[in-house]
Amino acid sequence: MKTDTRELIPNPIENEEVVIGVGNRAKSFLGKFNARDVALIAVLIGMSVYFTAQSQYFFQTNNLLNIARSAAVNGIVAAGETMVLISGGLDLSISSVMAAAGMVTAASIHLGLPPYLAIVVGLAFGAIVGFINGIIITKMRINPLITTLATMAIIRGYCYVVNNGLSFPIGNETFRSLGLGKIFDIPKPAILLIIVFVIVYLILRYTQFGRYVYAIGGNANSCRLCGLNVDRWRLVTYILCGVCAAFGGIVLTAIAGTAIPNSALGYELVVISAVILGGTSLAGGEGSVLGTLLPMIVISTVANGMTILEYPVYWQQIIQGFILLVAVLIDAVQTGGWK
Amino acid sequence: MTTRQVAEEPLIEVQGICKNFGAVQALRNINLRLMPGEILGLVGDNGAGKSTLVKVLNGACIPEEGKIFFEGNPVHFDSPLDSRAKGIEMIYQDFALVECLDITGNIFLGKEQTAGLFGPLLRLLLRRQMDKEAQITLEGLGIQVKNLKIKVKNLSGGERQLVAVARGMQFQPKLFIMDEPTANLSVSKIEALLKLEKDLKNKGVSVIIISHRLEDIFAVADRIVVLWRGRNVGEVIPSEGATMEDIVHLMMFGTREKSTKEAQR
Repeated sequence: MKTDTRELIPNPIENEEVVIGVGNRAKSFLGKFNARDVALIAVLIGMSVYFTAQSQYFFQTNNLLNIARSAAVNGIVAAGETMVLISGGLDLSISSVMAAAGMVTAASIHLGLPPYLAIVVGLAFGAIVGFINGIIITKMRINPLITTLATMAIIRGYCYVVNNGLSFPIGNETFRSLGLGKIFDIPKPAILLIIVFVIVYLILRYTQFGRYVYAIGGNANSCRLCGLNVDRWRLVTYILCGVCAAFGGIVLTAIAGTAIPNSALGYELVVISAVILGGTSLAGGEGSVLGTLLPMIVISTVANGMTILEYPVYWQQIIQGFILLVAVLIDAVQTGGWK
Repeated sequence: MTTRQVAEEPLIEVQGICKNFGAVQALRNINLRLMPGEILGLVGDNGAGKSTLVKVLNGACIPEEGKIFFEGNPVHFDSPLDSRAKGIEMIYQDFALVECLDITGNIFLGKEQTAGLFGPLLRLLLRRQMDKEAQITLEGLGIQVKNLKIKVKNLSGGERQLVAVARGMQFQPKLFIMDEPTANLSVSKIEALLKLEKDLKNKGVSVIIISHRLEDIFAVADRIVVLWRGRNVGEVIPSEGATMEDIVHLMMFGTREKSTKEAQR
């Protein structure tokens, strides 16, 4: 017998009206445009003005395209990392996966594979690394920080193994157009970035998987009690992150025209900084892929400006480290960890 | 108990349940049966195994030994999703809500209404439909919600409890398990919850309540089972003149008062 218990039960709370949600309005789209975004735009304008004043090369079409390309490459990778961070995980191996996917794709092209098939091989490589990361983290219960630190080192080592430490130049025009081509005067990497962002945005916002990514990051234990297969969904986020990292690495290789074993070194710093600056919490449960876009542009602009002004590389590293620290501090203040 | 009820098939029956956590024997050979429409109180001191037992009943804990029969058929729950599919809903002590999700998101967590896109690979959330259904459930509970999009982290303890109750009610359970349901409620809301439990009983829904507030349990329960160090040490039927002292003694010493007195003599 199946009765609709909801309709049969009279109001059990008589003489008292229980009202939930008074005075809490959902924020409008503009309401989400917060102080952090304003600060980021201010930094972007300020730095642009400074770089333009210091160097005649900065505000030129070619250089702006360079910024767009590098922001696009990092942004594609950041989209995957955003999902992992929202689900309460962490993936440090992304920079190594970027380089290795480039090497694997280049090697496939050298073996005579058609470029698009080679790209699929590179993406599959990223998926496999993500799968291994996810299995170690979810099934063996190893801390994601340590797990992906280890795979970062392993995969980076593998990059050198592929071609005995040498680079793989790629002359294939079809492949290179992925990085250098334009559609309606917009560089292809930027278009690829938009496609990746739209897909990830739609997944996170409108699918059951996206709902679970937030729920698991918010409270994994509650999710288990509700019957969610937390490990499986976490595994999926690591696989998707690996695929995004590989895709970013492939686009980077197409831009450079060479797969270099030590390319994308330290990019995990840049990517994670941008994701956290974009409002995604290190603790999980909060964040959006759209938020990642603006900080990615800011960081890429700063990096580009410093290169043009011929800042020594070690200073660039120091500044990148500071950016990550500031991002984490802002996150700590917002999540109440600041004491 | 009338003869009619005895002849009836129990809704759920467990036989010989044992559960260990390392060296700790949380449950030792537990037998329990529950009739449709019966309210069972489950009491015991801290660590007696109450929460573990109900987690076994809903699949959050998997026992080492023992059998579970639901509506006469042997069942095996590997996850709360299995038990929810059979019609067992549970409110946990800490509510098991996700703070960063909104009210509807929490009510439907794990049982979202979806439309398949490219088969089961990508499941689209039917948000509007879920909002509508959640609204019906909440209104049925006498709760007015101005905005279902409000995140649970912005709700008070009592409001969260109501969301947890609504989650249980959403799927029209046959068995409703409540682990310390009154811990965070004001007195008037406790009254309302106890009334809800009686209403559920009248609709043929079985209820298991764990509570430290013995007066609550006495007010609604048909039968009270006392656990003591992982054992089922006795049943008390309030309508047959049992007193709170009987229960307290069982909870503390695991034996009935009389027999202890006899032993002392």
